[in-house]
Amino acid sequence: MNAFDSTSGIEPTPPRLRLRTQPPPERGPAANGHRSIATEVVFDSEDVSIFYGPKQALSNVNLRIRRGQITALIGPSGCGKTTFLRSLNRMNDSVPGFHIEGQIRYHGHDMYAGNVDQVEVRRRIGMVFQKPNPFPKSIYDNIAWAPRNLGLKKGLDERVEKALRGAALWDEVKDRLKNSALGLSGGQQQRLCIARAISIEPDVLLLDEPASALDPIATGAIEELMHSLKGRFTIVIVTHNMQQAARVADRTAFFSLESTSAAKSVGTLIEFDDTEKIFADPRDPRTRDYVTGRFG
Amino acid sequence: MSSTAGPATLPRPRAARRGSVRRRLDRLGDRLLYAICLAAALLAAAVIVVVAYQVVHGAQPAISKFGLGFLTDETWQPNFGEFGAKSLIFGTVVTSFFALLLGAPIAIAIGIFLSMLAPVAVRGVIGPLVEMLAAIPSVILGFWGILVLAPFVHEHVEPFLHSSLGFVPIFGEAETTGASIFTASLILTIMIIPIVASISRDLFLAVPREMQDGASALGATRWEVIRGVVLPSTASGIVAASLLGLGRALGEAIAVAQVIGAGSEIQASLFRTGDTLAARIANQFPGALTELHKASLFYCGVILLVFGILSNVTADWIGRRFGFEGGVLR
Amino acid sequence: MSAGFDPTAPLTPSGNLKRRQLFSRFALVGATAAAVLAVAVLVLVIYAVASRGLSAISLDFIFKAAPDGIGPELVGTGVIVAIATLIAMPIGVLIAIFVTEYAGRRATNAVKLTLDLMNGLPSIIIALFIFGLLVETRGQSGFAAAVALSIIEVPLVARGSQEVLRLVPASQREAADALGVARWRSTMTIVLPAALGGIVTSTVLAVARAAGETAPLIFATSLGNTDRYSLNPFEPLPTVPVRIYELSEEANPAGFTEAWGLSLILISLILFASLGARALLARSKRKMTA
Repeated sequence: MNAFDSTSGIEPTPPRLRLRTQPPPERGPAANGHRSIATEVVFDSEDVSIFYGPKQALSNVNLRIRRGQITALIGPSGCGKTTFLRSLNRMNDSVPGFHIEGQIRYHGHDMYAGNVDQVEVRRRIGMVFQKPNPFPKSIYDNIAWAPRNLGLKKGLDERVEKALRGAALWDEVKDRLKNSALGLSGGQQQRLCIARAISIEPDVLLLDEPASALDPIATGAIEELMHSLKGRFTIVIVTHNMQQAARVADRTAFFSLESTSAAKSVGTLIEFDDTEKIFADPRDPRTRDYVTGRFG
Repeated sequence: MSSTAGPATLPRPRAARRGSVRRRLDRLGDRLLYAICLAAALLAAAVIVVVAYQVVHGAQPAISKFGLGFLTDETWQPNFGEFGAKSLIFGTVVTSFFALLLGAPIAIAIGIFLSMLAPVAVRGVIGPLVEMLAAIPSVILGFWGILVLAPFVHEHVEPFLHSSLGFVPIFGEAETTGASIFTASLILTIMIIPIVASISRDLFLAVPREMQDGASALGATRWEVIRGVVLPSTASGIVAASLLGLGRALGEAIAVAQVIGAGSEIQASLFRTGDTLAARIANQFPGALTELHKASLFYCGVILLVFGILSNVTADWIGRRFGFEGGVLR
Repeated sequence: MSAGFDPTAPLTPSGNLKRRQLFSRFALVGATAAAVLAVAVLVLVIYAVASRGLSAISLDFIFKAAPDGIGPELVGTGVIVAIATLIAMPIGVLIAIFVTEYAGRRATNAVKLTLDLMNGLPSIIIALFIFGLLVETRGQSGFAAAVALSIIEVPLVARGSQEVLRLVPASQREAADALGVARWRSTMTIVLPAALGGIVTSTVLAVARAAGETAPLIFATSLGNTDRYSLNPFEPLPTVPVRIYELSEEANPAGFTEAWGLSLILISLILFASLGARALLARSKRKMTA
């Protein structure tokens, strides 16, 4: 675990305070300046419904995700939380039959507008997947690949080191950067994927159950890591592990499957609030049932 | 297995006997089917050995007369009983090399198109069409080559390449007909494209979706995903596929015999006539009069066999070493 | 937070992305062009054969013997390919059964290598082989040609059958085992019938490939009489590919029309057979996996 202590020297780790009690960090005036929320709300989802072919996966999601916070999406499997997450950087576009209604605005810009470039979206909004998916390349090249594409070739070695330190992996791999990434353990591979994602310094990190394929120790390492990344990135995490959500998230959204007719059920956002409120004093009885384990 | 039924069947001896006859029959049937199947597999292996033996045996007179000097001697004069395969080896290597140089990139591009770009409906049409290219008999391709492709190449492509790139010796003056090493290379290119294309398509389809998603989630363009992740992770399979294509090109006799012009000299220019090992055999064997002539053509076959086995075994080895399960046969 | 970009800017390409997207599109257009090129070559070949061959084709052309028609060549090709298939199909299927039902890992690899080598044998080598084995001592015959073609067919039948045999669900085999049915009985009565469609179609594909082979036929059966019909495989039979080859080598424009006509007939037979077989194969695979 002492690997993590060494990370603090690189980037000032933000104090582990509850950020939501403070005003979000102020930025300079937004480039377009026409929306004041642009400085604090990163994602604004308005009446979002998602369909795969004729099947509706999500219905009328309204929520706002704020800068610098960790937002957790929880709920039973099939409730559409991963679908929602993947629509935040347009990873669903390649799914056959995918179709979205309503609007998701990213810093005030409609993400599904015609002039939006998917690649630009993903350059700003990185993603880490459920299953570690390192490339069959060396550890170094796994990290350096994306910066090279973006033309960030100056100081590449430093960039790689910084990303690996940021993902609390540097001390474990610094002597074997040229080795294949496939030789790492599952937990290391997942941290490598996080390092890969932060190497191009995105605005947002989307994490899709990043620890579900890992053992408890590796899971702990990932959670530790999320605390250290907080403040530098806006983080949205999908998890089926409620303790995890309670430990890491500032705000938590609870999704559930609601039946609309006898045979059909659709993912629905039940409640979205501060994490403490969701777990200690939820407004909705369905949320209470779920967080207290009375659900299914 | 057989002992379990023992005591239970005691009260009914006749049924037991019938059962045991059936069991014995079954055991016999099992062994027989196994033996026949094994024999079929061994027969296939034996065919390879016998083919190799027969070819080497046929070449024996030439091997004992010329030895390894056959490989480095350029003269081929049946009337004087002098034979050397140097120019044939040269022609074989050059035509196959150019076919691969031209065909492999095109085939890989087709594989990319079929596995990642084309909508499913388009794949279902273009994929079989590309494979149909492999179904065209080589004799028809060669016939088309000499009557349609060669004149076109002779009138348009060769003069153009000569005038624009003529300072490179391989793009020399065009000959009087379109029959040339270059035309033969083009025909071979057409033959290997479907082989390499369909294997690379299968390879690309097998690249895990998650890995490609991981790459595009890093803000990579589609081409960067292909270039950075898909191609590197299938490199060994692509090499193996190309080797198979190479093996096909090395051994093609008929179509090459039709379009290469049966030249006997080693020349730098691709636009000159030439000959390959396989084409020389097809051309001259039926009319070969002396034993030595025939044996020399068999000797060419031995060289070809070595080439072919080397490329196939290497492809197989790469496949096994790097875990690529290719659809080698179609 | 040195993001290197302004997150609040519109989501249009920033930095070097415009150039990268352009390059990406360019590359993808190139890949598409390659596919178009391959299809274009196919179309060009088929168009050339069809447009020039059509004028040669008539009922007389198909049914009469030389000098009016090419009937004997068609019959000769039919006889030789039929015999080749009669030899190759059982051997190929048995090899496939061996691999799927009996062979362990090492034997499977050995058989795979054998089949790959066999498939990789240049047909000119098979031609030399058949000359040394049969023609040199016994003279040319349709049978010698059939043996040569069977060597070409075996690996195709074996690999194709192997693929469909693998698709027969293990549960069916296990059910038979649990009932105490002997292996050979379940293989013959359950596994083979289930895979029959696939076996037939892979055989058709092998036939389509063998029908166009030329090199072995030049060595084994080039002296066939084109002016009379013969079904006797123990004499040299005229064949379509050899006739096309001869006409193309004669370089006598008078013969070219006949060669185009022959090519058109051969290519149509082969393409329809392989297209039909592929469609059937895809269907029977879908049925088995569904």
